[in-house]
Amino acid sequence: MYVYDQYDQKILDERVAQYRGQTERYLAGDLSEEEFLPLRLQNGLYVQRLAPMLRVAVPYGLMNSTQLRTVARLSRDFDKGYVHISTRQNIQFNWPELAEVPDMLAELAKVQMHAIQTSGNCIRNTTTDQFAGVARDELVDPRPYCEIIRQWSTLHPEFAFLPRKFKIAVCGTEEDRAAVRAHDIGIELVKNAAGEVGYKVLVGGGLGRTPVIGVEICDYLEKQHLLSYLEAILRVYNQHGRRDNKYKARIKILVKAMGIDAFREAVEAEWAHLKDGPTTLTDAEIERASSFFTEPEYAQIDAAAAEAALAEQGASDPIFANWVKRNTVAHRVDGYRIVNISLKATGYAPGDITDQQLELVADLADRFSFGELRSTHQQNLVLADVPMADLYELWQTLQKSGLATANIGYLTDMICCPGGDYCALANAKSIPVAESIQARFDDMDYVYDLGPLELNISGCMNACGHHHIGHIGILGVDKKGEEFYQVCLGGSQSKDASIGKILGPSFKQEDMADVMEKILGTYVDLRTEEENFLDTYRRVGIAPFKEKVYA
Amino acid sequence: MPKLIKNGAIVEDTSPEVLDLEQWLECEERASRAVILEPGEILAPLIDHIDEIPLVMVNFPTFMDGRGFSYARELRDRGYTGEIRAVGHFIRDQLTYLGRCGFDAFQFDDESLLEPSLASLADFSEYYQASANQADPLFRRRA
Ligand code: HEM
Ligand code: SF4
Repeated sequence: MYVYDQYDQKILDERVAQYRGQTERYLAGDLSEEEFLPLRLQNGLYVQRLAPMLRVAVPYGLMNSTQLRTVARLSRDFDKGYVHISTRQNIQFNWPELAEVPDMLAELAKVQMHAIQTSGNCIRNTTTDQFAGVARDELVDPRPYCEIIRQWSTLHPEFAFLPRKFKIAVCGTEEDRAAVRAHDIGIELVKNAAGEVGYKVLVGGGLGRTPVIGVEICDYLEKQHLLSYLEAILRVYNQHGRRDNKYKARIKILVKAMGIDAFREAVEAEWAHLKDGPTTLTDAEIERASSFFTEPEYAQIDAAAAEAALAEQGASDPIFANWVKRNTVAHRVDGYRIVNISLKATGYAPGDITDQQLELVADLADRFSFGELRSTHQQNLVLADVPMADLYELWQTLQKSGLATANIGYLTDMICCPGGDYCALANAKSIPVAESIQARFDDMDYVYDLGPLELNISGCMNACGHHHIGHIGILGVDKKGEEFYQVCLGGSQSKDASIGKILGPSFKQEDMADVMEKILGTYVDLRTEEENFLDTYRRVGIAPFKEKVYA
Repeated sequence: MPKLIKNGAIVEDTSPEVLDLEQWLECEERASRAVILEPGEILAPLIDHIDEIPLVMVNFPTFMDGRGFSYARELRDRGYTGEIRAVGHFIRDQLTYLGRCGFDAFQFDDESLLEPSLASLADFSEYYQASANQADPLFRRRA
């Protein structure tokens, strides 16, 4: 995992000091509300319905146990003893005091964490596959490239006051687990005919009010040009992105307005001046960034024996066997598995985790997974390197703490934003909808029978819950001061990304579980043996679902 | 005489007459006139005259409009060595960023801000990216 050197630490410490000064000036009345707003946002601090919300950056979702314990302690000392994992893999505190945030940031800085650019009109935290480095289908480990982008984008002087927020995601696998097509810039690591690593670059994706799937701007960019090319794109956007209307200010609107060819031309013209300049990457730097993401000291494990032992444990404890089947994933290294810890137990807000659970997970990371863990954009946690022989003990411990819900990738493993319970921008609550659906679909056999299914819920059109790219999406809408919910079907965040289609008029909160039942019943009636929900939807279209739901 | 921050110190303003971009490009004696840029203007025609410009002012109608940052960056990248001055409604918390983009002078509407703002010039002593005042990004300098 990435470890700061004296430069990184210095930049971070200076940032904390700067922000402390800004907060003091604001509280003393020397900095106006309007002036303080972007400054606090660039430090992850929203002012919310009930209290401020502080979003802490978790680059690539990677954390070590020490960082986790610090987060747990801060949630106790400065908050109400729990935090929220966001769809961008970050950690959110829901109840900090504005005046105490500098102290929290100073504590976080001691363990190399921060809240820089987790919000605001700047380049946000770069995200990637939560299984990076351990995935079986990986072509190239994306993390060194993410780290290179992270450094370049951190406190970038030219791009701190963009027309709008800006998000970059990178993936290096066959399957896309980073939703690169739903980002302002998506980067796919690819190899050319000669086996050299390069990038396919996509631009102009994003969700929110106008959801758009990103389009290709460059099919193969040589690896040394990553930063100068990004700089060219950002400069064109900074110069030409709309600033008159916040809803039309994202790069997706600019790309659409210019057309991808004209946009590409403008980028290339800018790039001609930047290409081969000092920002050109060196092999030494790529190597240095890679050196932080080397393999842990894996044991030599006899895979066949480990599989056999696991099968035996599973045979005597079917509940454990089921958890292994649903919540663990094949590992690149023989004898290991990737373990998902579900934060989607029925009755708890999706993605919430308490201080005690955080500390427990930190202990488990130390015991079973080289002291590291990851957050996922599905709002879960991952222990990436667990020896098969330890799975049983790990599971028993998780079970005692309510962290062994075996639902990863299924209906009840839904993405859900905080909605009206916390968020000042919400049109409707989303957590109670999630809860009503979890409660209705409590028969796990039925849930498994439905197959892999992505249900995403947002409380307003900002789309924090990614509702557009869920197989089923739910959006909170406001009708004359009342909360309603609109359903869309057929979204996908994969390489064949698509935006869901609106089913029809919206529903009341108390009807949502029934509506889901009808939608899923329609699917079950229509599916062929091997089809999952999305396959069936794509084959039959929206009409049969509409008929059933509005009958 | 009005005051401003220039090269890290508070000095008196001794700028020449200021023209807008269109006027400046059409002016016969532009080498003795400053030019002021507004957000949204196209920089390209100015780039052809880089050696003749004594002073470029960049106006910030609001500090949230970051287009002026790119102007400075581009002027410096294309070899402009004269003064680039921020004017208008930028804030002191932006001074390090502005400086790194190539601004070397800052003129606040409210002169009482000059003295306290000097400290903000030193908010950071190290940074990752290449910039106008540090040609190499950190990755080329790391020990
Ligand atoms: C409670 C406080 C929160 C506030 C005030 C908030 C606010 C916003 C706003 C204003 C947008 C703007 C979208 C746009 O116009 O493009 C947005 C987008 C987004 N938020 Fe949140 N959010 C909050 C919590 C969360 C949480 C908890 C998550 C994760 C579960 C999240 C993840 C996202 C994502 C992924 C987007 C991106 C949509 C895109 O790609 O365009 N946010 N949020
Ligand atoms: S989608 Fe809307 S309601 Fe939900 S967290 Fe985002 S801004 Fe708030």
